Amino acid sequence: MTVEVDSNPRFSDFAHPERLVSGEWLEPRLGTPGLVVVESDEDVLLYETGHIPGAVKIDWHTDLNDPVERDYIDGAAFAALLGSKGITRDTTVVIYGDKNNWWAAYALWVFTLFGHADVRLLDGGRAKWEAEGRPYTTESESAETVDYPVVEREDAPIRAYKDDVLAHLGKPLIDVRSPEEYTGDRTTAPAYPEEGALRAGHIPGAQNVPWGKAVADDGTFKPLADLNAVYREGAGLRDGDDIVAYCRIGERSSHTWFVLTHLLGFEGVRNYDGSWTEWGSAVRVPIAIGTEPGSAR
Amino acid sequence: MTAELPGQLEEIRDDFLALTTKERLQLLLEFSTELPELPARYAEHPDLFERVTECQSPVFITVEVGDDHLVQLFAMAPREAPTTRGFASILVQGLSGLDAQTVLDVPDDFPSSIGLTEAVSPLRIRGMTGMLGRIKRQVREKL
Repeated sequence: MTVEVDSNPRFSDFAHPERLVSGEWLEPRLGTPGLVVVESDEDVLLYETGHIPGAVKIDWHTDLNDPVERDYIDGAAFAALLGSKGITRDTTVVIYGDKNNWWAAYALWVFTLFGHADVRLLDGGRAKWEAEGRPYTTESESAETVDYPVVEREDAPIRAYKDDVLAHLGKPLIDVRSPEEYTGDRTTAPAYPEEGALRAGHIPGAQNVPWGKAVADDGTFKPLADLNAVYREGAGLRDGDDIVAYCRIGERSSHTWFVLTHLLGFEGVRNYDGSWTEWGSAVRVPIAIGTEPGSAR
Repeated sequence: MTAELPGQLEEIRDDFLALTTKERLQLLLEFSTELPELPARYAEHPDLFERVTECQSPVFITVEVGDDHLVQLFAMAPREAPTTRGFASILVQGLSGLDAQTVLDVPDDFPSSIGLTEAVSPLRIRGMTGMLGRIKRQVREKL
Protein backbone atom coordinates (compact mmCIF):
# COMPACT_ATOMS: atom_id res chain seq x y z
CA MET A 1 0.00 0.00 0.00
CA THR A 2 1.28 3.39 -0.92
CA VAL A 3 -0.38 5.49 1.78
CA GLU A 4 -0.44 4.42 5.43
CA VAL A 5 -3.68 3.11 6.82
CA ASP A 6 -5.93 5.04 9.17
CA SER A 7 -5.25 3.59 12.60
CA ASN A 8 -8.37 5.20 14.06
CA PRO A 9 -9.50 3.00 16.97
CA ARG A 10 -13.08 3.15 15.67
CA PHE A 11 -12.00 0.82 12.87
CA SER A 12 -9.62 -1.47 14.70
CA ASP A 13 -12.20 -4.15 15.56
CA PHE A 14 -13.14 -4.67 11.93
CA ALA A 15 -11.73 -7.54 9.92
CA HIS A 16 -10.11 -5.18 7.41
CA PRO A 17 -9.73 -1.79 9.08
CA GLU A 18 -7.46 -0.69 6.25
CA ARG A 19 -10.59 -0.39 4.08
CA LEU A 20 -11.91 2.64 5.98
CA VAL A 21 -10.61 6.13 6.52
CA SER A 22 -11.99 8.97 8.61
CA GLY A 23 -12.27 12.65 7.81
CA GLU A 24 -9.60 13.49 10.35
CA TRP A 25 -7.23 11.11 8.58
CA LEU A 26 -8.09 12.26 5.08
CA GLU A 27 -8.14 16.04 5.38
CA PRO A 28 -4.46 16.52 6.27
CA ARG A 29 -3.46 13.98 3.60
CA LEU A 30 -5.24 15.61 0.67
CA GLY A 31 -2.76 16.07 -2.12
CA THR A 32 -0.46 13.28 -0.92
CA PRO A 33 1.26 11.64 -3.90
CA GLY A 34 -0.15 8.17 -4.47
CA LEU A 35 -3.55 9.07 -3.01
CA VAL A 36 -6.57 9.85 -5.17
CA VAL A 37 -9.96 10.72 -3.71
CA VAL A 38 -12.96 9.70 -5.81
CA GLU A 39 -16.51 10.96 -5.39
CA SER A 40 -19.30 8.67 -6.55
CA ASP A 41 -22.89 9.79 -6.02
CA GLU A 42 -26.42 8.95 -6.82
CA ASP A 43 -26.92 12.54 -7.98
CA VAL A 44 -24.76 13.08 -11.03
CA LEU A 45 -24.40 16.82 -10.35
CA LEU A 46 -23.62 16.77 -6.67
CA TYR A 47 -19.86 16.73 -7.26
CA GLU A 48 -20.16 19.95 -9.25
CA THR A 49 -21.89 21.74 -6.37
CA GLY A 50 -18.83 21.17 -4.19
CA HIS A 51 -16.45 18.30 -3.50
CA ILE A 52 -13.43 17.42 -1.43
CA PRO A 53 -10.48 19.44 -2.79
CA GLY A 54 -8.64 17.47 -5.43
CA ALA A 55 -11.27 14.73 -5.64
CA VAL A 56 -12.19 13.34 -9.05
CA LYS A 57 -15.66 12.18 -10.04
CA ILE A 58 -16.70 8.74 -11.22
CA ASP A 59 -20.35 8.24 -12.04
CA TRP A 60 -21.88 4.77 -11.83
CA HIS A 61 -24.24 5.30 -14.78
CA THR A 62 -22.09 7.17 -17.20
CA ASP A 63 -18.63 5.85 -16.29
CA LEU A 64 -18.86 2.35 -14.81
CA ASN A 65 -21.77 0.84 -16.74
CA ASP A 66 -21.34 -0.27 -20.30
CA PRO A 67 -23.36 2.20 -22.37
CA VAL A 68 -25.07 -0.54 -24.38
CA GLU A 69 -25.04 -3.91 -22.67
CA ARG A 70 -26.26 -4.30 -19.09
CA ASP A 71 -22.82 -4.98 -17.73
CA TYR A 72 -19.80 -3.18 -16.38
CA ILE A 73 -17.20 -1.65 -18.63
CA ASP A 74 -14.37 -3.86 -19.81
CA GLY A 75 -10.70 -3.79 -18.93
CA ALA A 76 -9.76 -1.33 -21.67
CA ALA A 77 -12.49 1.14 -20.72
CA PHE A 78 -11.63 0.82 -17.03
CA ALA A 79 -7.97 1.45 -17.76
CA ALA A 80 -8.83 4.53 -19.80
CA LEU A 81 -11.20 5.81 -17.11
CA LEU A 82 -8.81 5.37 -14.21
CA GLY A 83 -5.84 6.66 -16.17
CA SER A 84 -7.81 9.82 -16.99
CA LYS A 85 -8.49 10.30 -13.27
CA GLY A 86 -4.81 10.15 -12.37
CA ILE A 87 -5.08 6.68 -10.85
CA THR A 88 -2.34 4.11 -11.38
CA ARG A 89 -2.50 0.48 -10.38
CA ASP A 90 -0.61 1.34 -7.16
CA THR A 91 -2.67 4.34 -6.19
CA THR A 92 -4.47 4.39 -2.86
CA VAL A 93 -8.05 5.26 -3.78
CA VAL A 94 -10.47 6.67 -1.21
CA ILE A 95 -14.08 6.76 -2.37
CA TYR A 96 -16.90 8.72 -0.80
CA GLY A 97 -20.38 9.82 -1.80
CA ASP A 98 -23.94 10.70 -0.94
CA LYS A 99 -26.64 8.47 0.52
CA ASN A 100 -24.47 6.74 3.10
CA ASN A 101 -21.89 5.79 0.49
CA TRP A 102 -24.23 3.53 -1.53
CA TRP A 103 -22.65 4.49 -4.80
CA ALA A 104 -19.23 4.82 -3.26
CA ALA A 105 -19.51 1.22 -2.10
CA TYR A 106 -20.75 0.25 -5.53
CA ALA A 107 -17.77 1.91 -7.17
CA LEU A 108 -15.46 0.22 -4.68
CA TRP A 109 -16.98 -3.13 -5.58
CA VAL A 110 -16.48 -2.45 -9.30
CA PHE A 111 -12.84 -1.45 -8.62
CA THR A 112 -12.52 -4.80 -6.85
CA LEU A 113 -13.82 -6.65 -9.92
CA PHE A 114 -10.73 -5.31 -11.64
CA GLY A 115 -8.53 -6.27 -8.72
CA HIS A 116 -7.52 -2.74 -7.75
CA ALA A 117 -5.68 -3.51 -4.53
CA ASP A 118 -5.92 -0.46 -2.32
CA VAL A 119 -9.37 1.02 -2.41
CA ARG A 120 -11.03 2.41 0.72
CA LEU A 121 -14.20 4.16 1.80
CA LEU A 122 -14.43 7.46 3.64
CA ASP A 123 -16.58 6.42 6.59
CA GLY A 124 -19.75 8.49 6.69
CA GLY A 125 -19.37 9.82 3.15
CA ARG A 126 -20.35 13.33 2.15
CA ALA A 127 -22.79 13.81 5.00
CA LYS A 128 -20.20 13.31 7.73
CA TRP A 129 -17.53 15.33 5.91
CA GLU A 130 -20.02 18.20 5.77
CA ALA A 131 -21.21 17.73 9.33
CA GLU A 132 -17.62 18.03 10.47
CA GLY A 133 -17.27 21.31 8.62
CA ARG A 134 -14.50 20.05 6.35
CA PRO A 135 -13.63 21.87 3.13
CA TYR A 136 -15.24 21.62 -0.27
CA THR A 137 -14.26 23.22 -3.54
CA THR A 138 -16.09 23.75 -6.81
CA GLU A 139 -12.90 23.76 -8.85
CA SER A 140 -13.19 21.33 -11.73
CA GLU A 141 -11.04 18.25 -11.63
CA SER A 142 -7.60 18.53 -13.11
CA ALA A 143 -6.05 15.08 -12.90
CA GLU A 144 -3.09 14.45 -15.12
CA THR A 145 -3.65 11.40 -17.27
CA VAL A 146 -1.50 8.47 -16.21
CA ASP A 147 -1.12 4.88 -17.35
CA TYR A 148 -3.43 2.29 -15.89
CA PRO A 149 -2.89 -1.22 -17.19
CA VAL A 150 -5.63 -3.09 -19.03
CA VAL A 151 -6.75 -5.72 -16.54
CA GLU A 152 -9.66 -7.96 -17.38
CA ARG A 153 -12.46 -8.11 -14.87
CA GLU A 154 -12.56 -11.14 -12.67
CA ASP A 155 -16.22 -11.47 -11.79
CA ALA A 156 -16.44 -14.92 -10.29
CA PRO A 157 -15.16 -14.32 -6.74
CA ILE A 158 -17.44 -11.42 -5.85
CA ARG A 159 -20.14 -11.22 -8.50
CA ALA A 160 -23.06 -13.61 -8.90
CA TYR A 161 -25.04 -14.02 -12.11
CA LYS A 162 -28.61 -15.27 -12.19
CA ASP A 163 -27.55 -18.86 -12.89
CA ASP A 164 -25.12 -18.71 -9.97
CA VAL A 165 -27.98 -17.68 -7.72
CA LEU A 166 -30.17 -20.51 -9.00
CA ALA A 167 -27.38 -22.93 -8.13
CA HIS A 168 -26.99 -21.21 -4.77
CA LEU A 169 -30.62 -21.63 -3.62
CA GLY A 170 -30.67 -23.17 -0.17
CA LYS A 171 -27.52 -21.33 0.92
CA PRO A 172 -27.51 -17.94 2.65
CA LEU A 173 -29.00 -15.08 0.66
CA ILE A 174 -29.33 -11.57 2.01
CA ASP A 175 -32.00 -9.36 0.52
CA VAL A 176 -31.02 -5.84 1.51
CA ARG A 177 -34.12 -4.09 0.19
CA SER A 178 -36.88 -2.54 2.25
CA PRO A 179 -39.41 -4.84 3.97
CA GLU A 180 -42.11 -3.68 1.51
CA GLU A 181 -40.06 -4.81 -1.46
CA TYR A 182 -39.15 -8.07 0.26
CA THR A 183 -42.70 -9.09 1.07
CA GLY A 184 -43.87 -8.27 -2.42
CA ASP A 185 -45.99 -5.26 -1.61
CA ARG A 186 -43.99 -3.22 -4.09
CA THR A 187 -41.22 -3.65 -6.65
CA THR A 188 -39.36 -0.41 -6.01
CA ALA A 189 -37.76 1.16 -2.99
CA PRO A 190 -40.14 3.49 -1.23
CA ALA A 191 -39.86 6.87 -2.91
CA TYR A 192 -37.75 5.49 -5.76
CA PRO A 193 -38.59 5.28 -9.42
CA GLU A 194 -40.00 2.23 -11.10
CA GLU A 195 -37.09 0.32 -12.52
CA GLY A 196 -39.10 -2.45 -14.00
CA ALA A 197 -39.72 -5.84 -12.44
CA LEU A 198 -42.74 -7.88 -13.43
CA ARG A 199 -43.11 -9.74 -10.16
CA ALA A 200 -42.76 -8.57 -6.57
CA GLY A 201 -41.29 -10.61 -3.74
CA HIS A 202 -37.91 -12.11 -2.96
CA ILE A 203 -35.58 -14.94 -3.87
CA PRO A 204 -36.64 -18.03 -1.92
CA GLY A 205 -34.64 -18.50 1.24
CA ALA A 206 -33.40 -14.91 1.38
CA GLN A 207 -33.21 -13.16 4.73
CA ASN A 208 -34.35 -9.55 4.69
CA VAL A 209 -31.67 -7.36 6.22
CA PRO A 210 -32.18 -3.82 4.90
CA TRP A 211 -28.78 -2.28 4.13
CA GLY A 212 -29.44 0.61 6.52
CA LYS A 213 -29.13 -1.73 9.51
CA ALA A 214 -25.37 -1.46 9.07
CA VAL A 215 -25.36 2.31 9.39
CA ALA A 216 -25.36 4.55 12.47
CA ASP A 217 -27.28 7.81 12.67
CA ASP A 218 -24.30 9.86 11.56
CA GLY A 219 -23.88 7.79 8.40
CA THR A 220 -20.83 5.84 9.59
CA PHE A 221 -20.75 2.08 9.85
CA LYS A 222 -21.97 0.68 13.15
CA PRO A 223 -19.41 -0.86 15.51
CA LEU A 224 -18.52 -4.51 15.13
CA ALA A 225 -20.69 -5.74 18.01
CA ASP A 226 -23.79 -4.14 16.48
CA LEU A 227 -22.98 -5.55 13.05
CA ASN A 228 -22.52 -9.00 14.52
CA ALA A 229 -25.90 -8.70 16.20
CA VAL A 230 -27.51 -7.88 12.86
CA TYR A 231 -25.77 -10.33 10.55
CA ARG A 232 -24.56 -13.22 12.73
CA GLU A 233 -27.19 -13.41 15.44
CA GLY A 234 -30.00 -11.80 13.45
CA ALA A 235 -29.55 -13.32 10.00
CA GLY A 236 -27.71 -16.43 11.18
CA LEU A 237 -24.64 -15.99 8.99
CA ARG A 238 -21.68 -18.12 10.03
CA ASP A 239 -18.02 -18.07 9.12
CA GLY A 240 -17.39 -20.18 6.07
CA ASP A 241 -20.83 -19.48 4.59
CA ASP A 242 -21.16 -18.76 0.89
CA ILE A 243 -23.32 -15.65 0.85
CA VAL A 244 -25.05 -13.81 -1.96
CA ALA A 245 -26.42 -10.31 -1.38
CA TYR A 246 -28.83 -8.57 -3.71
CA CYS A 247 -31.14 -5.58 -3.89
CA ARG A 248 -32.77 -3.97 -6.88
CA ILE A 249 -29.87 -3.12 -9.16
CA GLY A 250 -26.91 -4.05 -6.98
CA GLU A 251 -25.98 -0.75 -5.41
CA ARG A 252 -27.42 -1.13 -1.92
CA SER A 253 -26.15 -4.71 -1.85
CA SER A 254 -22.64 -3.46 -2.71
CA HIS A 255 -22.87 -1.59 0.57
CA THR A 256 -23.81 -4.81 2.38
CA TRP A 257 -21.12 -6.70 0.44
CA PHE A 258 -18.60 -4.22 1.84
CA VAL A 259 -19.90 -4.73 5.39
CA LEU A 260 -19.85 -8.52 5.17
CA THR A 261 -16.50 -8.75 3.41
CA HIS A 262 -14.39 -5.98 4.84
CA LEU A 263 -15.91 -5.25 8.22
CA LEU A 264 -17.13 -8.70 9.32
CA GLY A 265 -14.51 -10.68 7.42
CA PHE A 266 -16.72 -13.16 5.58
CA GLU A 267 -14.95 -14.69 2.63
CA GLY A 268 -16.85 -15.71 -0.44
CA VAL A 269 -19.54 -13.03 -0.41
CA ARG A 270 -20.90 -12.27 -3.84
CA ASN A 271 -23.05 -9.38 -4.98
CA TYR A 272 -25.85 -10.30 -7.38
CA ASP A 273 -26.02 -7.08 -9.38
CA GLY A 274 -28.80 -8.33 -11.64
CA SER A 275 -30.78 -8.28 -8.42
CA TRP A 276 -34.53 -7.89 -8.36
CA THR A 277 -34.76 -6.05 -11.66
CA GLU A 278 -33.49 -9.24 -13.29
CA TRP A 279 -34.85 -11.93 -10.98
CA GLY A 280 -38.29 -10.34 -10.69
CA SER A 281 -38.68 -10.36 -14.47
CA ALA A 282 -36.88 -13.58 -15.40
CA VAL A 283 -38.98 -16.42 -16.75
CA ARG A 284 -39.29 -19.59 -14.65
CA VAL A 285 -37.27 -18.62 -11.63
CA PRO A 286 -38.85 -19.29 -8.24
CA ILE A 287 -39.87 -16.42 -6.01
CA ALA A 288 -41.37 -16.16 -2.55
CA ILE A 289 -43.74 -13.56 -1.17
CA GLY A 290 -44.60 -12.52 2.36
CA THR A 291 -42.46 -12.02 5.41
CA GLU A 292 -40.97 -15.54 5.56
CA PRO A 293 -37.86 -16.47 3.56
CA GLY A 294 -39.66 -19.46 2.06
CA SER A 295 -37.93 -22.15 0.05
CA ALA A 296 -37.58 -23.03 -3.60
CA ARG A 297 -40.21 -25.43 -4.87
CA MET B 1 -38.07 16.36 -33.11
CA THR B 2 -40.95 17.72 -35.09
CA ALA B 3 -43.32 18.57 -32.24
CA GLU B 4 -44.06 22.24 -31.71
CA LEU B 5 -42.70 23.53 -28.46
CA PRO B 6 -43.73 26.75 -26.76
CA GLY B 7 -41.08 29.40 -27.30
CA GLN B 8 -39.56 29.46 -23.82
CA LEU B 9 -39.27 25.67 -23.73
CA GLU B 10 -37.86 25.54 -27.22
CA GLU B 11 -35.23 28.07 -26.21
CA ILE B 12 -34.18 25.89 -23.28
CA ARG B 13 -33.96 22.85 -25.51
CA ASP B 14 -31.90 24.67 -28.12
CA ASP B 15 -29.56 26.00 -25.44
CA PHE B 16 -28.88 22.47 -24.26
CA LEU B 17 -28.51 21.00 -27.72
CA ALA B 18 -25.96 23.64 -28.70
CA LEU B 19 -23.59 22.38 -26.00
CA THR B 20 -21.28 19.42 -25.57
CA THR B 21 -22.37 16.67 -23.20
CA LYS B 22 -20.13 17.99 -20.45
CA GLU B 23 -21.33 21.56 -20.87
CA ARG B 24 -24.92 20.36 -20.69
CA LEU B 25 -24.29 19.16 -17.15
CA GLN B 26 -22.99 22.62 -16.29
CA LEU B 27 -26.09 24.21 -17.71
CA LEU B 28 -28.27 21.80 -15.74
CA LEU B 29 -26.34 22.83 -12.65
CA GLU B 30 -27.05 26.48 -13.44
CA PHE B 31 -30.72 25.68 -13.72
CA SER B 32 -30.59 23.93 -10.37
CA THR B 33 -29.29 27.06 -8.69
CA GLU B 34 -32.01 29.12 -10.33
CA LEU B 35 -34.97 27.19 -8.94
CA PRO B 36 -37.02 30.02 -7.47
CA GLU B 37 -37.74 30.19 -3.76
CA LEU B 38 -41.32 29.38 -2.91
CA PRO B 39 -43.71 32.25 -2.29
CA ALA B 40 -44.64 32.57 1.38
CA ARG B 41 -48.07 31.06 0.89
CA TYR B 42 -46.42 27.78 -0.06
CA ALA B 43 -43.24 27.91 1.95
CA GLU B 44 -45.28 27.24 5.09
CA HIS B 45 -47.56 24.64 3.50
CA PRO B 46 -45.60 21.70 2.18
CA ASP B 47 -48.82 19.68 2.45
CA LEU B 48 -50.11 21.46 -0.66
CA PHE B 49 -47.43 19.81 -2.78
CA GLU B 50 -47.42 16.53 -4.63
CA ARG B 51 -44.38 14.31 -4.36
CA VAL B 52 -42.85 13.18 -7.65
CA THR B 53 -42.13 9.55 -6.87
CA GLU B 54 -40.40 8.95 -10.18
CA CYS B 55 -37.48 11.01 -8.94
CA GLN B 56 -34.83 9.43 -6.78
CA SER B 57 -34.63 12.44 -4.51
CA PRO B 58 -37.54 14.14 -2.86
CA VAL B 59 -39.07 16.75 -5.12
CA PHE B 60 -42.47 18.30 -4.69
CA ILE B 61 -44.53 20.25 -7.18
CA THR B 62 -47.73 22.18 -7.25
CA VAL B 63 -49.53 23.92 -10.07
CA GLU B 64 -51.85 26.91 -10.13
CA VAL B 65 -54.18 27.60 -13.03
CA GLY B 66 -55.59 31.13 -12.93
CA ASP B 67 -58.97 32.35 -14.16
CA ASP B 68 -57.16 33.42 -17.30
CA HIS B 69 -56.01 29.77 -17.74
CA LEU B 70 -52.39 30.76 -17.23
CA VAL B 71 -50.27 28.19 -15.43
CA GLN B 72 -47.93 28.88 -12.53
CA LEU B 73 -45.68 26.10 -11.37
CA PHE B 74 -43.88 25.78 -8.03
CA ALA B 75 -41.37 23.17 -7.02
CA MET B 76 -39.11 22.39 -4.13
CA ALA B 77 -36.20 19.99 -3.97
CA PRO B 78 -33.26 19.76 -1.60
CA ARG B 79 -29.89 21.31 -2.40
CA GLU B 80 -28.32 17.86 -2.05
CA ALA B 81 -30.27 16.80 -5.13
CA PRO B 82 -29.04 19.23 -7.79
CA THR B 83 -30.03 17.04 -10.72
CA THR B 84 -33.60 16.84 -9.55
CA ARG B 85 -33.60 20.56 -8.76
CA GLY B 86 -32.29 21.22 -12.25
CA PHE B 87 -35.09 19.19 -13.83
CA ALA B 88 -37.67 21.04 -11.75
CA SER B 89 -36.14 24.39 -12.60
CA ILE B 90 -36.23 23.68 -16.34
CA LEU B 91 -39.91 22.91 -16.12
CA VAL B 92 -40.68 25.88 -13.88
CA GLN B 93 -38.90 28.25 -16.25
CA GLY B 94 -40.21 26.51 -19.34
CA LEU B 95 -43.85 26.18 -18.39
CA SER B 96 -44.74 28.98 -15.98
CA GLY B 97 -46.89 31.66 -17.47
CA LEU B 98 -48.05 29.51 -20.37
CA ASP B 99 -51.65 28.90 -21.27
CA ALA B 100 -52.98 25.65 -19.78
CA GLN B 101 -53.65 24.05 -23.14
CA THR B 102 -50.15 24.92 -24.29
CA VAL B 103 -48.75 23.09 -21.26
CA LEU B 104 -50.94 20.07 -21.98
CA ASP B 105 -49.69 20.05 -25.57
CA VAL B 106 -46.02 19.82 -24.60
CA PRO B 107 -44.80 16.45 -25.89
CA ASP B 108 -44.46 13.90 -23.11
CA ASP B 109 -41.00 13.02 -24.38
CA PHE B 110 -39.69 16.57 -23.99
CA PRO B 111 -37.24 15.46 -21.26
CA SER B 112 -35.61 13.02 -23.67
CA SER B 113 -35.25 15.67 -26.35
CA ILE B 114 -32.90 18.11 -24.65
CA GLY B 115 -29.73 16.11 -25.00
CA LEU B 116 -29.38 15.14 -21.36
CA THR B 117 -30.02 11.44 -21.67
CA GLU B 118 -26.38 10.68 -22.31
CA ALA B 119 -25.11 13.13 -19.72
CA VAL B 120 -27.25 11.99 -16.82
CA SER B 121 -28.41 8.52 -18.01
CA PRO B 122 -31.85 7.40 -19.18
CA LEU B 123 -32.86 6.22 -15.72
CA ARG B 124 -32.40 9.65 -14.23
CA ILE B 125 -34.23 11.35 -17.08
CA ARG B 126 -37.29 9.32 -16.13
CA GLY B 127 -37.62 11.49 -13.06
CA MET B 128 -38.18 14.53 -15.25
CA THR B 129 -40.67 12.66 -17.40
CA GLY B 130 -42.58 11.78 -14.24
CA MET B 131 -42.52 15.40 -13.17
CA LEU B 132 -43.93 16.59 -16.49
CA GLY B 133 -46.68 13.96 -16.39
CA ARG B 134 -47.73 15.01 -12.92
CA ILE B 135 -47.70 18.69 -13.84
CA LYS B 136 -50.01 18.02 -16.77
CA ARG B 137 -52.34 15.95 -14.62
CA GLN B 138 -52.56 18.76 -12.06
CA VAL B 139 -53.26 21.26 -14.84
CA ARG B 140 -56.09 19.08 -16.10
CA GLU B 141 -57.55 18.76 -12.62
CA LYS B 142 -57.39 22.48 -12.00
CA LEU B 143 -58.79 23.69 -15.28
